Amino acid sequence: MKKNIGPVETKYFTFAGKEPFRLESGRAFGPVTMAYETYGQLNPDKTNAILVMHAFSGNAHVAGAPQGDQDPPWWDFMVGPGKALDTEKYFILCANVLGGCKGSTGPSSIDPEKGRPYALEFPLITIEDMVRTQKMLVDHLGIKKLHGVIGGSMGGMLALQWVACYPEAVECVIPIAATLKHSPQQIAFNEVGRQAIMADPAWNGGNYYGGASPEKGLAVARMMGHITYMSNESMEKKFSRRLKDDNTGFKFSADFEVEGYLQHRGQTFVKRFDANTYLYITKAMDYFDLSDGKWIPETGLPDVRFLVIAFKSDWLYPSVQSQNMVRQLKMRHIDATYCEIDAGYGHDSFLIESEAEKQSHLIKHFLAKRK
Amino acid sequence: MIQRLDHQAIYEAIAPGAKVLDLGCGNGELLDLLVKGKNVKAQGVEVSDEAIHACVEKGLSVFHSDIDSGLPYYPDQSFDYVILNQSLQEVKGVDSVIREALRVGKNVIIGFPNFAHIEARILLCFGGRAPISSSLPYEWNSTPNLRFLSIKDFRDFCRRKGYKILKADYLGPRGRIHLLPNLFAVQAVFVISQ
Repeated sequence: MKKNIGPVETKYFTFAGKEPFRLESGRAFGPVTMAYETYGQLNPDKTNAILVMHAFSGNAHVAGAPQGDQDPPWWDFMVGPGKALDTEKYFILCANVLGGCKGSTGPSSIDPEKGRPYALEFPLITIEDMVRTQKMLVDHLGIKKLHGVIGGSMGGMLALQWVACYPEAVECVIPIAATLKHSPQQIAFNEVGRQAIMADPAWNGGNYYGGASPEKGLAVARMMGHITYMSNESMEKKFSRRLKDDNTGFKFSADFEVEGYLQHRGQTFVKRFDANTYLYITKAMDYFDLSDGKWIPETGLPDVRFLVIAFKSDWLYPSVQSQNMVRQLKMRHIDATYCEIDAGYGHDSFLIESEAEKQSHLIKHFLAKRK
Repeated sequence: MIQRLDHQAIYEAIAPGAKVLDLGCGNGELLDLLVKGKNVKAQGVEVSDEAIHACVEKGLSVFHSDIDSGLPYYPDQSFDYVILNQSLQEVKGVDSVIREALRVGKNVIIGFPNFAHIEARILLCFGGRAPISSSLPYEWNSTPNLRFLSIKDFRDFCRRKGYKILKADYLGPRGRIHLLPNLFAVQAVFVISQ
């Protein structure tokens, strides 16, 4: 019988209530609440913790049973007893990022001073701010050093930022389908998504809470985003040119399966995601830039190991970005393993269970090696 | 007990605790021997998907790339030894790969099958066909080997390029060859430097 991960509960940690948190922009902000989940047991030495970081639209619910009307847990096939992130060995921690809309403080949270949602009064945040708030949570749990930091896409950027901010506090760093900085193409896609949201009249300068939300704009943003997460090959396999109702309607309705699918994805997304969070988080990703290598200490990172994973069919975060990451590490004599997995699902390959075998195998063995 | 004679020869050539880069490290068998027996700091470059997974399983640090494009990632003289075992004959830019290997490594260890081995000569000369033997096991149409060289060819190459040959081991099917190596050795392992 396949062992179950058991019940999982979302927990909350609030800090910076009195002493505000200083953001990278210089602005003081607080209080900050972090929604998080944990899986497995923290050992007595507190040396078996692995921080899993979600991608752009993810949340703290990485594994276990689905919660309410939310999407199923996003990395269930990776986290659990005997899985790559083995909850019988490791204590797995995942938190919704600062600026998110899944329980952590973000633009849709209530500003305690004004008694209404922050909306655009929420400060611009960065990937570094997300990491430094995660560090508050890790400190709160009494963990001095993480055995691993791991994530795909934005989660991979967060993993890199973790070692940049706290090189002493991590051992294994696993960025998957990530980059040291967004290319103009990646920024451009994000900007189109943001413009789609802001062009929706319901967006109303960000003040839509309590009324109609900019669902049309957000759905279009998600539809376009979703195209960039797939590959031409996977779309061909999944939809080809198949029609929904066996004939064309000669109307501007969703004739093709791919149209219907994207519309469905857009419509389900708006139910569970906040448009302002979309703006804030994509901007944070666009600002992220560790490509100058100045974050690597002069003495290198002798106690840190990297496993960098890219996917052959990922054209949004192409493998050359991962290779540049590894080049920067190798030039500084840092222990780095690089693997390009021949998976066909594009950028989202790291989230696809049928593609998981190689990724799981690499991660499992990489984590198991102790210095 | 090391099974392969070429691995034995390379193993003996490497000092304990050295920094080693294996270009075309395959499933990491040689690096694993060196890590366990000689406590080397090991890194590998390998192009095969399956082999990369086998390396990670062994706990090795590897870079998934072909040799031709994988080398610019390493700083000058950052390794004591760079190994090109049974992989040189498969690279496209031999000159640049060896030059790069000598840039990143103080010593370069090169192991290759000897195309002038007597068996190959007989097969070609009297059989009139491209030789298929234990060290050259492939059909002409499926061989990964792009280069066919002999021990003499490699010595000439080093002389032309001004590379120093620090050590040369000539290997037969069952042990070292001392007499007429270019005729009787099925493979050779050279240690060279600038």
